[in-house]
Amino acid sequence: MRRVMTLAALAATLPTLAMAASSSAVPVDGMPQLAFGHPTQGRLLVGQVVWQLLIFIALVYMMAKVALPRVGAVIEERHNRIAADLEAAQAAKATADAAMAAHRAATEAARAEARASVAAAVHAAQSEADAKAAVLNTRLNAQIAEAEARIDAARTSAMGALRGVAADTAEALVLRLVGKADRVAVEAAVGRELATRGRA
Amino acid sequence: MAVEGKTIDALSQFELSPVLGVFGDAVSFSQSNLFMVIAVALTFGLMSATATRGALVPGRLQALGESAYEFIAGMVRDQVGDEGKKYFPFVFSIFMFVLFGNLLGMLPYAFTFTSHIAVTLTLAVVVWLAVTVIALQRHGMHFFTYFFPEGAPVWLAPIIIPVEIISYLSRMVSLSVRLFANMVAGHVMLKVFATFVVLLGGLGAVGPFVAAMPLAVNVALVGFEFLVAFLQAYVFAILTSIYLHDAVHLH
Repeated sequence: MRRVMTLAALAATLPTLAMAASSSAVPVDGMPQLAFGHPTQGRLLVGQVVWQLLIFIALVYMMAKVALPRVGAVIEERHNRIAADLEAAQAAKATADAAMAAHRAATEAARAEARASVAAAVHAAQSEADAKAAVLNTRLNAQIAEAEARIDAARTSAMGALRGVAADTAEALVLRLVGKADRVAVEAAVGRELATRGRA
Repeated sequence: MAVEGKTIDALSQFELSPVLGVFGDAVSFSQSNLFMVIAVALTFGLMSATATRGALVPGRLQALGESAYEFIAGMVRDQVGDEGKKYFPFVFSIFMFVLFGNLLGMLPYAFTFTSHIAVTLTLAVVVWLAVTVIALQRHGMHFFTYFFPEGAPVWLAPIIIPVEIISYLSRMVSLSVRLFANMVAGHVMLKVFATFVVLLGGLGAVGPFVAAMPLAVNVALVGFEFLVAFLQAYVFAILTSIYLHDAVHLH
């Protein structure tokens, strides 16, 4: 609203100034810009240049010393702020990247550890099973050997008994057939016979 | 004022008249100077407002001031290089002075001070003097080699040197006449066609219909004049930058 009022005031002032402009008593021939010979225009043309120089010097001074450094500072500050923000974002991104890499490495390490422990467990179980199997095998082998020894012994003893039984049978047979039996001769004959059959 | 006995008076708009009563008359302070003061006040007001707000995210007014600042700063940086930084306030003042002079002239009843050859010539002389002084300060007597390009055959010197000196001096003329002629031509055209509107409008029943044609021309001319206002300020500033480049780097 105040802005509108200001503009309205300005718009009202301008015609007033323009009305004052047409007060030249002597008519101006040709271009007023070149009417240096005209009594009032010539004086005003020179005055215009003098005032222009003063006004322009004031403008350059105000711009160079007051206005532009301040505007430049505002722009500079914004540039710095943007650069700092970008830098912060870059740093944050680097941190996030590092965290991501650490996370990935940790995952990888955990996975490797798990793999290793699984392998170790499998290995341990395997070796335990192997050991158990070995123990069992040893026991079984021992039992087998023992059994074989027992069988051997039994067979040996049976073989030993076989000679006596054969001798007794042969003596009884001889006694029945002949009426008398020489125990020693029979035993020798049986022994001979067994030896020929490979059973001695 | 515009129509005096059925003749077209397109030039009286450029007449000077004292303002501020007796004081203005005594010191030859014309309405032209008053508009210069207004232009300077507007420039200073715009840049001060821009700096005072100083918001990180600029509003419209601040963006306007900052874009003017960065436009000229970029122009000076591109044309002159980093050495041109200290001449930036000067180029900026030239640009804003001419731009506001042209734009204020577009307001009804306002005075276009850039339509005065005395004003534009004064600006051009200021630029020319500044450029020459800077060149002499930076390069001393070596500056005069500017008028004889390196590598040119020596026997051409009698031709080249006068031509270069004339072209150097004519910078003042071309700079000032370009702006002055553009502004005068534009405002004369506006005035002539506006007078046609009034003259044709008085032709009885068909008047308003016939008057619409010059009115349409004037509407187009106003748009065109705004373009010229910016363009001429830009041309003045960039030529100043180019001359500064020559002064700093010698070719």
